[in-house]
Amino acid sequence: MLRLELVDISKQYPGVRANDGVCLRVEPGQIHAVLGENGAGKSTLMKIIYGVTQPDSGQIRWDGRPVSIGSPVQARALGIAMVFQHFSLFETLSVAENVWLGLASEPSLDAVRDRIRQVTGEYGLELEPERPVHSLSVGERQRVEIVRALLTQPSLLILDEPTSVLTPQAIDKLFVTLRKLAASGCSILYISHKLEEIRALCHHATVLRGGRVTGEVEPSAASNADLSRLMLGGEPPRLERRARAPGEPALELKSLALPRSGLYGTPLVGLDLTVRAGEIVGVAGVSGNGQRELFAALSGEQLRGATGSITLFGEDITRAPPRRRRALGLRLVPEERLGRATVTTLSLSENTLLTRTEAVRRSGFLDRLGLAALTQKLIGHFNVKARGPRATAQSLSGGNLQKFIVGREIDAKPRFLVVAQPTWGVDVGAASQIRAELVRLRDAGCGLLVMSEELDELLELSDFLVVMAGGRLSPRIATADAEAQQLGEWMSGLWPEAPNDGAGAQHAQA
Amino acid sequence: MLRLEPRAEPSRVMALASPLLALALTVVAGALLFALLGKDPFRGLEMFLVEPLRGGRALGELSIKATPLVLVALGLCVCFRSNVWNIGAEGQFILGSVFASGVALRATPSSGAGLFVLVLLAGMLGGMAWGGLVAWLRDRFNANEILVSLMLVYVAEQILSYLVYGPWKDPHGYNFPQTATFLAPARVPLLLEGSRANFGLPLALLLTGAFWLFLYRTHAGYKLEVGGLAPLAARYAGFSSRSALWTAFLVSGGMAGLAGALEVAGPVAQLTTHVPLGYGFAAIIVAFVGRLNPLGVVFAAVLMSMFYIGGEMSQSRLGLPKSLTGVFQGLLLFALLACDTLITSRFRYASRRPAIPGG
Repeated sequence: MLRLELVDISKQYPGVRANDGVCLRVEPGQIHAVLGENGAGKSTLMKIIYGVTQPDSGQIRWDGRPVSIGSPVQARALGIAMVFQHFSLFETLSVAENVWLGLASEPSLDAVRDRIRQVTGEYGLELEPERPVHSLSVGERQRVEIVRALLTQPSLLILDEPTSVLTPQAIDKLFVTLRKLAASGCSILYISHKLEEIRALCHHATVLRGGRVTGEVEPSAASNADLSRLMLGGEPPRLERRARAPGEPALELKSLALPRSGLYGTPLVGLDLTVRAGEIVGVAGVSGNGQRELFAALSGEQLRGATGSITLFGEDITRAPPRRRRALGLRLVPEERLGRATVTTLSLSENTLLTRTEAVRRSGFLDRLGLAALTQKLIGHFNVKARGPRATAQSLSGGNLQKFIVGREIDAKPRFLVVAQPTWGVDVGAASQIRAELVRLRDAGCGLLVMSEELDELLELSDFLVVMAGGRLSPRIATADAEAQQLGEWMSGLWPEAPNDGAGAQHAQA
Repeated sequence: MLRLEPRAEPSRVMALASPLLALALTVVAGALLFALLGKDPFRGLEMFLVEPLRGGRALGELSIKATPLVLVALGLCVCFRSNVWNIGAEGQFILGSVFASGVALRATPSSGAGLFVLVLLAGMLGGMAWGGLVAWLRDRFNANEILVSLMLVYVAEQILSYLVYGPWKDPHGYNFPQTATFLAPARVPLLLEGSRANFGLPLALLLTGAFWLFLYRTHAGYKLEVGGLAPLAARYAGFSSRSALWTAFLVSGGMAGLAGALEVAGPVAQLTTHVPLGYGFAAIIVAFVGRLNPLGVVFAAVLMSMFYIGGEMSQSRLGLPKSLTGVFQGLLLFALLACDTLITSRFRYASRRPAIPGG
């Protein structure tokens, strides 16, 4: 008998048909991948299964019986648990207290601690119930969420993009746990767009595109090309890059240090880095290790560094305001698309004005026609799917908004570009387009610093890699010499200390 | 079953229709209220909606009330749009009237006819000083601007009292707490004989246009708006939150001060303890009912003034308490907030539950 069966599930949202006659069959003990681009309808489908939203039509069968799941409470009562991509944990409470808060019944805190120890022992999850959550790494936090789900003894566990925040080693550990869980009879729905992982872990995959099922495959028997064809309806273009002689040093960090800001910020400790014109340097590492602080120091949002610790084309910009940095040709694409790189409720035209001043007349008045024309040009040139310059930023999908933001900065002809999470939450088609734009920029002689949590992306894009951990930067190594295993160790902060600057360390590594 | 569901994008039609719908709901609720009080609803509504507009004299009175509301609310639009919370416009209004009086009391019968311009400028300066004080405390000591601006209202009242009970008291005023009546050169010229409407009215309309241009057509106005909507985006773009803070307080203080100056140099013609009538607080409602848009502010101010006058007339003609004014103003704000939901959401009839058999 099937654990879960969805028959002809459809869900219409204003303006978009999120699910269109979707069928899904999950067997007991099966690790079942749901594969698709952003906007393919994966999240809606999971929300329907977890009772967050109801389908317009179609049937849900649980252990063979037709059911209606009206709320997450009902879903949990059936034995469905879900681990969301974004954690909901209280930083100031301990692991046990966080788990305790999420339980429907009310056992004592001691009983909860015992059960956490029992479950973590059983599935090989390392987790100390007494530790406060703010002292945990992202991987450990995810374990808290998983333990919380396991305490309800689910017979179906839904995981939404669980590896997006993990180091390679943490991913391996997670997979061990999931395999044990499946072997004990629990079904797992594994949502992802990372093909390698799905092929390594999952027994079966259902592929979605545009709200419809485009195929069901055995991932171990399928190639990446097969899967991405089902997902995209075509293969993403290969990234082409030419060898290029490195140019002059563009961005130089010399012992950049910043004290901790806020309770849970990361202090930056003596960062040394040189990025030359015409090369892409990737910053790998799990987020929360100082990337945010480094970005703010580069953007000018944070001006507390010691003078001389950041130079751009030879000019000390450590205390320079953002306007001055832009005048020097520095452009930045922050991680948060909504609310930082754009203002959600304003139109694309108005968002163009955020970092572009071509349409500001000397009198201080705005040239509105010029602004609309510039925005229209960005929309057309970077293939942004939007109704026009008057569409609000929030009306665009994540991928299209990111294309707009990256386009806005690239179109300003930067001499140096800093990008954080260039393709986070962006569908595969848009991601490959954005990466191609970044490489084109490099080929044109611009220096780039790319921070990303996706190692595969950095391996594909970068000429050199550095790893950020605990507010420090590792020595820089050529991407061609980098191995995932070694980078994984570095992400835990374990790299050989180099006495020299980045170039010397490179030799030490080779 | 009637269900509220989010729209794919905000409705432009509802953005315009919402205030009208809110007004209609206010009228209906008001009519019900009069009926419950045992009065003729039509006669009651007439006091609020028709009488204040009947004839040149009534319109003049309306302009006297609406002008300060418009001026103060214009300044507050700049503040609230940039996420700076100045709720002490009343204090800046008082300081404006004090500074203006300081100049006006120096007038002699031989002063030039343009002296009133100096009086108004002094008022603006007073308001800016009082607003600037809040900005400075916020900037230098990170003091909460909501509390500081509000508390400074009470300080301003004490300053006013000290002056009219002390050094500025009219020696021929039978010991009333008031200054001497200002001489003609210090007073704002009237627009028409037989009406109290004065030069403040065209000035307010002119400034409405200027503020609209500033907020919607200049880079500076855009920067303020971004700072208010998304402080992180403003930081990323490099728009200074300090300059937004100072701009907001100096502009709104100046406008409140100008309104205070127009009040003492206009209909009142002297400084008394009765000058502050709460325009500074009412303007907060005006700014929001006018959706922080200068053109909307004009309509909101007229409406609020009608309610003021309507309340007074219900008291004198229908024997109802004057606090009806507050009831109507509250109803309007409440209805508007409710109707604004329809800009981002809409009602839909869900004919049946989704076709899933129960389990």
